[in-house]
Amino acid sequence: MTNQTETNVDPRKIVGTTGHDWDGIEELNTPLPRWWLWTFYLTIIWALGYWVVYPAIPLATSFTKGVFGWTSREQVVKDLEGLKNLRGPMTAKIETVSLQDIEKTPELLSFARAQGAAAFAVNCSPCHGAGAQGFKGYPNLNDDDWLWGGSLDAIHTTLQNGIRWDANKDTRTSMMPAFGKEGLLKPNEISAAADYVRSLSGLPTEKDADLKLGQKLFTENCAACHGENGEGNQDVGAPKLNDKVWLYGPEKATIIERITLGGGGQMPAWSQRLDSPTIKSLAVYVHTLGGGQ
Amino acid sequence: MANLTPHKPSLWHRHAIFEKNSIILIIGILVAISIGGLVEVLPLFYLKSTIETVEGVRPYSPLELAGRNIYVREGCYNCHSQMVRPLRDEVERYGHYSLAAESMYDHPFQWGSKRTGPDIARVGGKYSDDWHRDHLRNPRSVVPASIMPGYPWLEQTPLNIAHIGEDMAVLSVEGVPYSQEMIASAVSDAKTQGSADDGSTASFLKRYPKAITRDLGGNGGKLTEADALIAYLQLLGTQVDFKLYDDKANIR
Repeated sequence: MTNQTETNVDPRKIVGTTGHDWDGIEELNTPLPRWWLWTFYLTIIWALGYWVVYPAIPLATSFTKGVFGWTSREQVVKDLEGLKNLRGPMTAKIETVSLQDIEKTPELLSFARAQGAAAFAVNCSPCHGAGAQGFKGYPNLNDDDWLWGGSLDAIHTTLQNGIRWDANKDTRTSMMPAFGKEGLLKPNEISAAADYVRSLSGLPTEKDADLKLGQKLFTENCAACHGENGEGNQDVGAPKLNDKVWLYGPEKATIIERITLGGGGQMPAWSQRLDSPTIKSLAVYVHTLGGGQ
Repeated sequence: MANLTPHKPSLWHRHAIFEKNSIILIIGILVAISIGGLVEVLPLFYLKSTIETVEGVRPYSPLELAGRNIYVREGCYNCHSQMVRPLRDEVERYGHYSLAAESMYDHPFQWGSKRTGPDIARVGGKYSDDWHRDHLRNPRSVVPASIMPGYPWLEQTPLNIAHIGEDMAVLSVEGVPYSQEMIASAVSDAKTQGSADDGSTASFLKRYPKAITRDLGGNGGKLTEADALIAYLQLLGTQVDFKLYDDKANIR
């Protein structure tokens, strides 16, 4: 606004108009800026180059392959091979060395733990939690309470074959009967058994709990797998019931629900998805989380 | 530009015709976009190399198709893609990159282009049915950091499969190889797949090889929408056996 006269110069003297006149309003025919036009022309030339270099133009039975014959699928195969070569020497060692020796060799241990942590984040954490803390029905892997065994080999077997995973013929199987749903026990009997199960780990029981009946039922129905004193049995994946670690929860209602429905959790057989060094690394990673035996 | 004369009769300046007539401009835009679209789309229909030759990909079973309908109805594709791209990090995370053949019976495909959640092209067999049930009910019960909404009504809503045969008939018009026999037995096939062996499992598996059949609902074959969705999710990405698939033969 400092110089009114300068901004009021009639620009038509510079560029002319389109020739239209709307009630005395005329439109300037201002050309596009040069830099913009040249950039535009360059993009067209660039596109032509792209057509020549990369696969682009469809033909009758095929398409132009580009001067370098580049394809995204070939590229990813190359990239993956590069990755394999990068990890190659270490992966080869992981593959041949025994699980126990991997843990004893610091160099292999740190590689296995790094690879295991990455694979755990992608494949295991949705069920077992980012910190392997577990969720209701999905075991915590940090503690020393193991359903199917906490040794390196046991963890490795579980990872490979899964748990109750029908697609794998070597999968770990066992099935707790649905005592309530199938009418094997009456509701008052389930209640008594649940109270007895709580008493095994010293949890308070209800005042009118019939622990005698509970103990009798436990011995008849549960002890075969869970042990006479609820010590559990890793051969059949039967949880320990006389400690303070609970898979589904210590509340009486939860225990009644488990006795009623029976069954057990599932875990995929990872040998169908992951290669053997990754599974070994995962076994080492889980074993070294804190509870390995 | 020293162009002071607007009516110079060169071809270069004929674009004024488009600029001054909106109808001609619209027709011009339609023609230009159509050519671009046709050149990009049409070859995919006639080029033999579009869809890889693979074994194992079959049309969806009626229950899986019902689950897929629920997947579309609930808008799962808004956050989940079903397309593992041929990039190293994607293959490392999700598994083999997706093939066109794996979605050749999808109408429409569910590739998606936005990932608020992870890609689920290969989610089949990665989690247990129970996990899917827990996760659909309340994702935060198993993944605390998840921002996915819960879909608790799915496991409370009985599955309506009365019209699934009609869906299959429409898809067969679109080129999905559903036979008359498949369409006729659609409802009973859905029930068979969602329950433990009821005697007709063998004939069901003949129609839909390698389909999972199990007591999905856990309540004696009374199927819910969650059961159908889980049957669909457990199938995703599992049909091609990549141990047998030849990467090099299909490079292009």
